[in-house]
Amino acid sequence: MTSRYTRRELMVVAAAREIRDHEVVFVGMRLPLLGFGLAKATHAPDAVGLFENGVIRDRPAEAFIYTMGDPPNIVGAVACLGLLDVMSLLQQGRVDVGFIGGAEVDPLGNLNTTRTSSSGALVRLPGSGGAGDIASLAGRTVLIMEHQPRRFRERVDYVTSPGHFPGRRRGGPATLITTLGVFDLSSGRVRAASLHPGVTPQQVREATGFPIAIDDHTPATATPSADELAYIRHADPEGFWTGDSMKTG
Amino acid sequence: MSDKRRSLREAIAEQVHDGDTIALGLALESGIPFAAVHEIIRQQRRDLTLVGPISDMAFDQMIAAGTVAKVIAAWVGNVAGGSGYGFRRAYEQGQPRRIVMEDHSNFSVGLALKAAAMGLPFLPTFTGLGGDIVRGHPRIRPVDDPFGGPTLLAVGALRPDIAIVHVQRADPQGNAHLWGNLGLTVEAAYAARRTIVICEEVVPEAVIRSDPNRTVIPGFLVTALVEEPGGALPSSVQGYWRRDFAPFLAYHQLSRTLDGFQSWLREWVLDLPDRPAYLRHMGEAAVERLRVTDRRLAAEANFAP
Repeated sequence: MTSRYTRRELMVVAAAREIRDHEVVFVGMRLPLLGFGLAKATHAPDAVGLFENGVIRDRPAEAFIYTMGDPPNIVGAVACLGLLDVMSLLQQGRVDVGFIGGAEVDPLGNLNTTRTSSSGALVRLPGSGGAGDIASLAGRTVLIMEHQPRRFRERVDYVTSPGHFPGRRRGGPATLITTLGVFDLSSGRVRAASLHPGVTPQQVREATGFPIAIDDHTPATATPSADELAYIRHADPEGFWTGDSMKTG
Repeated sequence: MSDKRRSLREAIAEQVHDGDTIALGLALESGIPFAAVHEIIRQQRRDLTLVGPISDMAFDQMIAAGTVAKVIAAWVGNVAGGSGYGFRRAYEQGQPRRIVMEDHSNFSVGLALKAAAMGLPFLPTFTGLGGDIVRGHPRIRPVDDPFGGPTLLAVGALRPDIAIVHVQRADPQGNAHLWGNLGLTVEAAYAARRTIVICEEVVPEAVIRSDPNRTVIPGFLVTALVEEPGGALPSSVQGYWRRDFAPFLAYHQLSRTLDGFQSWLREWVLDLPDRPAYLRHMGEAAVERLRVTDRRLAAEANFAP
């Protein structure tokens, strides 16, 4: 049976599926945080999560958190260390997968969160945070984006978080999860792996600011199971991160 | 050792000068010393350089108030809302004044502080290779591995004039206990020439010495100690205060315009003399909703010789 679910709940499920059991995960906030909790609750019970403020957790927080520094994220943690401790593990190669997002992405998986002139005037964005570090140093990265033409650029104005480039030591963008589908970036170009239910190839082409190849036989993104939805709604009871008006299913 | 206790007003007046480089917001989203941020604005410091990893709203307030000339950070905004409009107005339009931005990642700004904390001119790293942050960067340059490995990046040391940190408790000499996420608190306090420790409560020396592993800043590095309960609100302090989400969103909305920011600034900073007045302005019920009254105590650790 299919329950009704939001586009963001579908993205959380897609994010969770990027985490394999026993992996060390550099967890972001919002959807990846929920994806980590969901993976732990389902197929990846032995995954470990690192947060850039120094927190290491092997089970999700017991209460809803807005930021990784919120008190419930400290309670029951494995360790509370410093930023350089978790960044050192990342640099050493101990982190299998990291989640990052951005204002703009290009076909090489470069992300821009620093500054853009795409709309004419200069717009200053907040900056890297830890995203540039995760992009540089994780075993692979999963990108999460709103799928809009102005965000999908032939070449981003500024490479805050490097994608594929010659001479890269390790890792690089593996998967891009958007509001329209899941895309494989591992080959250094964008290939549709699945489109969310109801999304057409034409919609994706129109929402992508560069040419994109979409096979007519591209499958639909697997829909959330009742158990997956139950977990997400337990973890985000108000729909703060996962609510949206695009009810599907 | 001397008693380092000061009022927040005295500590800022004595320790923070025009043109200083100030590290704060070092634990990331928790323990942000907002009371100190507001006191610096009230005392009209100018031409400051701010240093931090991410900055959740605090840097935006200081920039929009015109106290800042330069920012050395990985992220300036409002974690709840995204953009920092004060930062954007300063960077994009020079309002209320132009600022210089030295962009970093969290790791690179941490390494800059760590290098200073270690007394080194730089620390090498692989982070940032292939990206634009490090291109033409004033503090990050390529460096050869003397052992024949691949080229790295050298991150130059960054020594703040002053670090301002908020902790749970300290003794009168400034020996400070902090628990929860540490972020870059330790590196900044070790690197800085001066450190102001703001604590929820001053406790007897015996409390600190009962658990020396929890002392993240030894008192001899501390130049002033301020007891300011609730001084980090609306950010959280583990075991003392929950995060107050609403003020972050309210500030995000108001600060969209310069007029909106000015009205926020008058109401929450300029028209209030100090942090106790800020808490009274919040209202007792609002304050009490945020106060942590549950107990989740750590197990005892036996230090017997």
